[in-house]
Amino acid sequence: MARLFSMIGSRFVIAVPYLWLLVFFLVPFFIVFKISLSQTAIAMPPYLPVFGLEEGGSGFVRNLRDLSFENYLWLFEDALYVNAYLSSLVIAAVSTLLTLLVGYPIAYGMARAPAGLRPLLLMLVILPFWTSFLIRVYAWIGILKPEGLLNQFLAFLGIIDQPLVILNTTSAVYIGIVYSYLPFMVLPLYAALEKMDYSLIEAAQDLGCPPLAAFWKITFPLSLPGVVAGCMLVFIPAVGEFVIPDLLGGSRTLMIGKTLWDEFFFNRDWPVSSAVAVVLLLILVVPIAYFQRAQARAREQES
Amino acid sequence: MASLGSTRRTFAPWADPTAKPYIRFENVTKRFGDFTAVDDLSLTIYEREFFALLGASGCGKTTLLRMLGGFEQPTSGRIFLDGQDMKGIPPYRRPVNMMFQSYALFPHMTVEANIAFGLKQDGMPKPQIAERVARMLKLVKLEPFAKRKPHQLSGGQRQRVALARSLAKRPKVLLLDEPLGALDKKLREETQFELMDLQYELGLTFVVVTHDQEEAMTMADRIAIMDKGKVLQVATPAEVYEAPSCRFVADFVGSINTFEGSVTRAGSAACIRDRSGAEFRVADAGAAAAGDTVWLAVRPEKLRVSRERPADAENALDGEVWDIAYLGDMTVYNVKLDDGRIVKASTINSIRRLEDALTWHDRAWVSFSADAGVVLTR
Ligand SMILES: Nc1ncnc2c1ncn2[C@@H]1O[C@H](COP(=O)(O)OP(=O)(O)OP(=O)(O)O)[C@@H](O)[C@H]1O
Ligand SMILES: [Mg+2]
Repeated sequence: MARLFSMIGSRFVIAVPYLWLLVFFLVPFFIVFKISLSQTAIAMPPYLPVFGLEEGGSGFVRNLRDLSFENYLWLFEDALYVNAYLSSLVIAAVSTLLTLLVGYPIAYGMARAPAGLRPLLLMLVILPFWTSFLIRVYAWIGILKPEGLLNQFLAFLGIIDQPLVILNTTSAVYIGIVYSYLPFMVLPLYAALEKMDYSLIEAAQDLGCPPLAAFWKITFPLSLPGVVAGCMLVFIPAVGEFVIPDLLGGSRTLMIGKTLWDEFFFNRDWPVSSAVAVVLLLILVVPIAYFQRAQARAREQES
Repeated sequence: MASLGSTRRTFAPWADPTAKPYIRFENVTKRFGDFTAVDDLSLTIYEREFFALLGASGCGKTTLLRMLGGFEQPTSGRIFLDGQDMKGIPPYRRPVNMMFQSYALFPHMTVEANIAFGLKQDGMPKPQIAERVARMLKLVKLEPFAKRKPHQLSGGQRQRVALARSLAKRPKVLLLDEPLGALDKKLREETQFELMDLQYELGLTFVVVTHDQEEAMTMADRIAIMDKGKVLQVATPAEVYEAPSCRFVADFVGSINTFEGSVTRAGSAACIRDRSGAEFRVADAGAAAAGDTVWLAVRPEKLRVSRERPADAENALDGEVWDIAYLGDMTVYNVKLDDGRIVKASTINSIRRLEDALTWHDRAWVSFSADAGVVLTR
C-alpha cells in the first residue's frame, strides 16, 4: 500500500512540471492560436467566435469553416511586419553580442575574484532586480535625453559642445537592452567560468601558451556552454522586447514587440496581433531548440 | 639496456667539484600566509640527472616543482636554471614542462589534441606533430584511445595522457609530479623503465616527485628526502638506504630497527650502551664522541634470527618470536625483547625448509655484526 502511494507520489512529482507547461504554456498558446485564425469584429472580445458551442452543433461547424490562415498571409503581404521581424532579429542579435562583450569581462573578473568576495559581487549583479524594470528604463531616459545626465557630464568635461542625440535612436535601444539583460548574460557565464579548473590555464602556459592565447584556447572554449546560455537568455526575450524600444527607441525604431502592441491596443485587431505572436514564437523555436541541445550536450560532457 | 647500466654507473656529476649544476635552488623559502611550505632550501640538480623528490604528503614537493615551473614565486631565495636567474620569467618562457599531479587535461580536446597542444604552440610542422604524437601514444600505450576525450578515460589512462603531454615537447627539464601513482604495479614498472630509457636517450633532466620509495630507488640517480619543507638528505639510492643521515631518513626509506644509547667508546671499534644496558659493538661510530646520545640503526635484513646464540655473533639480543610474516621469498620475524621492544628481522628463504622453522612464542636470538648498523646522531 505504501509502495503504491510512493509510486503515485513519484508519478505526481514527474507530472507537476508537465502540468505546469500544459496550463501556463500550451493552453495560452492554443488560445492565441485560435484567435489568430479568426477575424476582427466589433464585439466583446473583438473577434468572431471560434470553436464556440454557444450556437449549437451547426454553429460550431460554421465557425470552424470560417477559420482561415488569412491573417498569416496578411503578415507576409505587408512589408511592415516582415521588416519589423527582421529589424527585431537584427537588433536582438546586435544587442546580444554587445551584452556578451560587456558581460564576459564582468563574469571573468567575478570568477577570478577572491572566493570570499564572490557572493558580494553576485549580489551586486542581481541588485538591479530589486527596482522595477520599468523605472530603470525610465531612468535611462533621464540619462540619455539631450539635456540629460550623460550630455551634461560630457559637456562639463568639455568633450562635446552640442548635446548628443541618443534618445529615440536605435543606439538607445541597444543601451537599454544591454543594460537590462546584462545579469542574464553574466550569471550563466559566471557559472561556467567559476567551475573551471585554473590548473588548466597553468598547464597551457606550461606548454608554452602565453596568457592571451591560453584564454582563447582553453578558457573561452570551456565557457562556451555559458556563452550559449547567456546569449539565448538575452536574445530570445530581446526579440520580442516591447518596453525598451517603446520608451527609448522612439517612433522610428521598428520592433515586432511594438508592432504587436500597436496592433493589439490601437488597431484592436486581436486576430492579426495573435498571428504576429504565433509567428514570433515559431521564429524563436529554432534558437530555443538549439539552446536545449547545447545544454544537453554540455551536461553529457560534464558527467 | 646493457649500455644504459654501464653509463649510469659512471654518471656522478655531483661528485665532481668542477661540474656546473643545471638547476640550483638557493635558500629558497615559500610561505603561504604564515605557513612555511618550503623552508630555506638549497639544492643542486645536474644536467641529464634523474632526480627524485621523496617525502611524506604535504612536505612541500609539489610547491618546489611549482616554483621551478614558474607557477609560484619564492618568498625569498633564488632559483637558477642553466645559470640564469628564473625570477620573473613566466611559465611559458621556461624550458621546463610539468606533469601536474591533478593531470590538468584539457577536457574539450581529444587525447591526441592534448598531446599535440604544446607542439602546435611551438609551431612544429603538422607531419612532425603527428609523428611525435604517435610515438607518445605508443609510449603510454594509449593508441586505441587517441580520439577519446579525457572524461571517457579511466584514472590511469588519464595519468598516462598527462605524462605523454608533458613529454611530447621534450623539454630540457621535465617535472613529473607523481607520474605513475594511478597505474597498476605491472604497468608502473614497465613505464618506469621506459621513462628511464627515454630520459637517457633524449638526454633530458627529470625531476620526479613520488611517494613510492621503491620507484625512487629504481629510477633516480639521486634522491632528495624532504620533510616539512626541508631537504634532509640528497644522495644516491644506495647511500640513502645504507647511510641515512638521520633517523627520519632511515625510517622513511625501508624499515629499520633503531636502538637508542650512549657512546661508551668513540671512533672505530666503538661501543654503544643502550637503555637496557646491552653493549653493542660498532665498527665505526663516525663523529659521535664518548657520552653522546646516538641511535644505532640496523636494517632488518642485516639481522639474523636463530634458536641459539651464534658463537661468532658480535651483537646479540634474545627475546620471543612475536609475529611472523611469511612472504614466500623471505620471512619477516618480529622478535619481542624482554623489555618490550620489538625487533624486526628478515630472512631470505634460500632453502626450502618447512620443518624446524621458528614459530610463534619460541625463544630466539637476533644477532648482527659490528658493521651491520649505522650510528645516527640525530
Ligand atoms: N596555495 C596554497 N595556499 C596555502 N597552502 C598551501 C598552498 N599550496 C600548498 N600549500 C601547503 O603547503 C604544504 C606543501 O604542499 P605541497 O602541495 O607542496 O605538498 P606535497 O609534498 O606535494 O604533498 P603531496 O605528496 O600530498 O602531493 C601543504 O601543507 C599545503 O597545505
Ligand atoms: Mg604534491
